Amino acid sequence: MTAGKPHARPPADAVAAGDLLRQMLRVRRLEEQCVELYSAARIRGFLHVYIGEEAVAAGIMSTLGPEDAVVATYREHGHALLRGVSAGAILAEMYGHVQGCCRGRGGSMHLFDAATHFYGGNAIVAGGLPLAVGLALADRMAGRSRVTACFFGEGAAAEGEFHESLNLAALWRLPVLFCCENNLYAMGTALARSQSQTDLALKAAAYELPAWSVDGMDVLAVEESARRAVDAVRAGGGPHFLELRTYRFRAHSMFDPERYRDKTEVARWTERDPILTLRRALEETGRFTEDDWNALDREVAAEMAAAVRFAESGAPEPLGDLQRFVYSER
Amino acid sequence: METTYREAMRTAIREALLQDDRVFLMGEDVGAYGGCFAVSLGLFEEFGPERIRDTPLSESAFVGAGIGAALNGMRPIVEIMTVNFSLLALDQIVNNAATLLHMSGGQFNVPLVIRTTTGAGRQLGAQHSHSLEGWFAHVPGLRILTPATVEDARGMLWTALEDPDPVLIFEHGSLYNLSSELAEDAGPVDIHAAAVRREGGDVSLITYGGTLPLTLEAADRLAAEGIEAEVLDLRTLRPLDDAAILATVVKTHRAVVVDEGWRSGSLSAEISARITESAFYELDAPVGRVCSAEVPIPYARDLELAALPSAERVVAAARQAVGGGG
Repeated sequence: MTAGKPHARPPADAVAAGDLLRQMLRVRRLEEQCVELYSAARIRGFLHVYIGEEAVAAGIMSTLGPEDAVVATYREHGHALLRGVSAGAILAEMYGHVQGCCRGRGGSMHLFDAATHFYGGNAIVAGGLPLAVGLALADRMAGRSRVTACFFGEGAAAEGEFHESLNLAALWRLPVLFCCENNLYAMGTALARSQSQTDLALKAAAYELPAWSVDGMDVLAVEESARRAVDAVRAGGGPHFLELRTYRFRAHSMFDPERYRDKTEVARWTERDPILTLRRALEETGRFTEDDWNALDREVAAEMAAAVRFAESGAPEPLGDLQRFVYSER
Repeated sequence: METTYREAMRTAIREALLQDDRVFLMGEDVGAYGGCFAVSLGLFEEFGPERIRDTPLSESAFVGAGIGAALNGMRPIVEIMTVNFSLLALDQIVNNAATLLHMSGGQFNVPLVIRTTTGAGRQLGAQHSHSLEGWFAHVPGLRILTPATVEDARGMLWTALEDPDPVLIFEHGSLYNLSSELAEDAGPVDIHAAAVRREGGDVSLITYGGTLPLTLEAADRLAAEGIEAEVLDLRTLRPLDDAAILATVVKTHRAVVVDEGWRSGSLSAEISARITESAFYELDAPVGRVCSAEVPIPYARDLELAALPSAERVVAAARQAVGGGG
């Protein structure tokens, strides 16, 4: 997919669309905050931000119920946030503070939250797919109508675990929604430079599961496709696969000098900013004004400012607790 | 009643399936085929394909699926046909099973049991003869069991299933036909303590799993020479029963570690180091080791036998430890 001019189809439901806008903006502002804190050396380790890709997580998460499960990647701050983990708990985690969602044991790439069935945060490409298959297997065996949404990048499609997992899920007709976030680059390696078959939906369809591609810069399109897929999975239709065609506006990580892609390419995609696109579409309905935007922006900014205060006020776990959580405490 | 190691393991799996609806067995050829080593023979017919689940040849996916199912309320028993194939699932075992509890700050424990066959001795060549349990014992977050007796084959599984964290059970291929008397009421056993399999005061032979029978044979031969060897079966390689290792060394002042793994960077090295750290001044002789030769295990029978620990080599090492002392 190439970048084009901003998509501006009118949202059918302005209230729902407004919420999607809000969710995308929350992710954007959280990520901007992360970059700022990283630059200020408040956060260390690897940091991968989701700026540009917000429509994918926002559109899909909005179709999941509270009992559904989510498995994500190392670029998962937004997924955690939209799943219901507080921005404060996420930032505190990156600070390495005990107030973090994993007590500072996981960090940016390993956010987990049992209360919202958020199973990480996996820093091995494709490593989460088998887990998602197992979560779904347990649901199937226990007769629960839960869906497991599994996020991974297009780079994962080159890994054996991708193929093994799709095969197993399809063979056993397990309730997994595979969400392939195709941002065109596996770190710095372009899809066409690393995979012989670049049509990822076609690749997935080889395993006999419904698979299609979606414009991942259009949150309404993502939401619509995800709803259709989630409903089908929940109804016993077996695993489904969505290829979300998206783009990462920022570098792969804070260490990435971006030698592998053209600034003009980035600029073209930036014109399709999913937040800007939806904002314009909403404004064209006449039911969303600049004042509404400013109010939303202030509200989200306040949420993030409070989250930073929460993270700042925390503290690391005592060193005496180092060896906890290697084995369960009984 | 006289029972084989294989039958004892099967009884343990069957009992677990009967006692707990959350338990299921999953792996390559565990169902219709009856298990590569016939451990699960008959269970497919009794429990059906949902609970005796044949998988594709996808070690990473089905081990990972076991982890996911364990996270989500089940108590899976995943069979990896042999330890050699576990290398295809190392990512899931080391990066997920062993880390999720810790990375999640204690939120997500993984009550998964993985069973696999290990070891050489059957002329299967290098790719089917690995003894890699020591590798896995390197990893915090895992519990490593090496049942070496029929009682442990019968009893370790249930205790492992009750453990909230991932447990790997290594069954040495040479043990399946081991037969011994098993009490009618045999049941779960502990999985934390080493066991003295033979008492003796002259030298400690410390071993586990597939090398226990040859170590006991060596102890018999030594007894004929007037050397009373104590044989300690570690049973659990992680966490190690340090107290039991220390106790036997304090008693005999001499130790030989018998380990089918390669010597370099091995479990035997770890045990030797721990003895040195905690009982150096108790020792009357250097700690001896009997390990596999540092070669990929060869096919030809004589070469394979020459590569592996044997009763003769254990006897020689014990003699040296005793003779070399003060």
